[in-house]
Amino acid sequence: MSFINYASREINCKIVYYGPGLCGKTTNLQFVYQKTAPEAKGKMISLATETERTLFFDFLPLALGEIRGFKTRFHLYTVPGQVFYDASRKLILKGVDGVVFVADSQEERMDANMESVENLRINLIEQGYDLDKMPYVIQYNKRDLPNVVSIEELRRELNPTGVPEFEACATTGEGVFETLKAVAKLILFDLKKGK
Amino acid sequence: MANPQLVMYDEEFKQINVVLEKLLREANAKVIFLVDKNGQLITGCGETERFDTTSLASLTAGNIAATGGLAKLIGEKEFSILFHEGEKDNLHISIVAGRVILVVLFDTRSSLGLVRLRVKKASDELGSIFEKLMQKSEEKEKSGESEFPFAEITDDDIDNLFS
Repeated sequence: MSFINYASREINCKIVYYGPGLCGKTTNLQFVYQKTAPEAKGKMISLATETERTLFFDFLPLALGEIRGFKTRFHLYTVPGQVFYDASRKLILKGVDGVVFVADSQEERMDANMESVENLRINLIEQGYDLDKMPYVIQYNKRDLPNVVSIEELRRELNPTGVPEFEACATTGEGVFETLKAVAKLILFDLKKGK
Repeated sequence: MANPQLVMYDEEFKQINVVLEKLLREANAKVIFLVDKNGQLITGCGETERFDTTSLASLTAGNIAATGGLAKLIGEKEFSILFHEGEKDNLHISIVAGRVILVVLFDTRSSLGLVRLRVKKASDELGSIFEKLMQKSEEKEKSGESEFPFAEITDDDIDNLFS
């Protein structure tokens, strides 16, 4: 849950990027890191294997500026996407304020997407959260590849509740900031409602 | 919700810092941090400017979460103390009041025994401060009294963050 500090006038929120292995969660964070002004970002930490697969998490702190005199900070995390890292994924969801589901648009990854979104729902329930009641957006990544599934089909399979959705190509950065902005907005509005 | 929102007020923040400053002196430590279990830095004292405190907080919370996962696997509730020994510097990490993490960095000028002893005492004091803090934010929530600055937040405010 977000941490509000009246003493130092800060609000900290946690965003988790979820999705199947190799869907581009880390690439999303890397792009945000590259394109953010040095004074607005901290160090990006990647706990990855030698082959650059995420082992535990990536972490990127962003200080976006002030709202009504309060410094607003977002901590971006990714989970390890590979199926067998489920225990680690559960840990990273602790205290989450908003979730971005990164889907791999390639046809052969549809099953992996569906399995991962189901896994997200179950792991959130274990932590006491309901995916339908929290800030949640979906990103359809890798739209630049030739063998992609249509948006209609992705929507039907992955977004039945109609949460905000974005097409993206994380390697070039298309859609990356739109996604982040959307989830940040939902989180801030949730805070406004005093949840 | 799994964990209620953590809200920090001026009064308690000052009390916490007093306890940490005392612990820093009595344990002969270099730096002390207090971190939320979700990875947010609450406060720190000592030579904090030498460290990337945000990363430190996030990794500490990850570490506690991972060892907590291990504890559950073997049937323990949690491992309440972790100790990392380095060549020069050591880290003593402990869970306070079940929800915040106290990180003490010390070198050869101190010892594990001394740190453990002092941390135990400080933990009790911190525990009661956090208990009061929780009660306070619960009461404020119940009475509907909130100084929360986001109540009047607009679309423009949020858009400005990303401009």
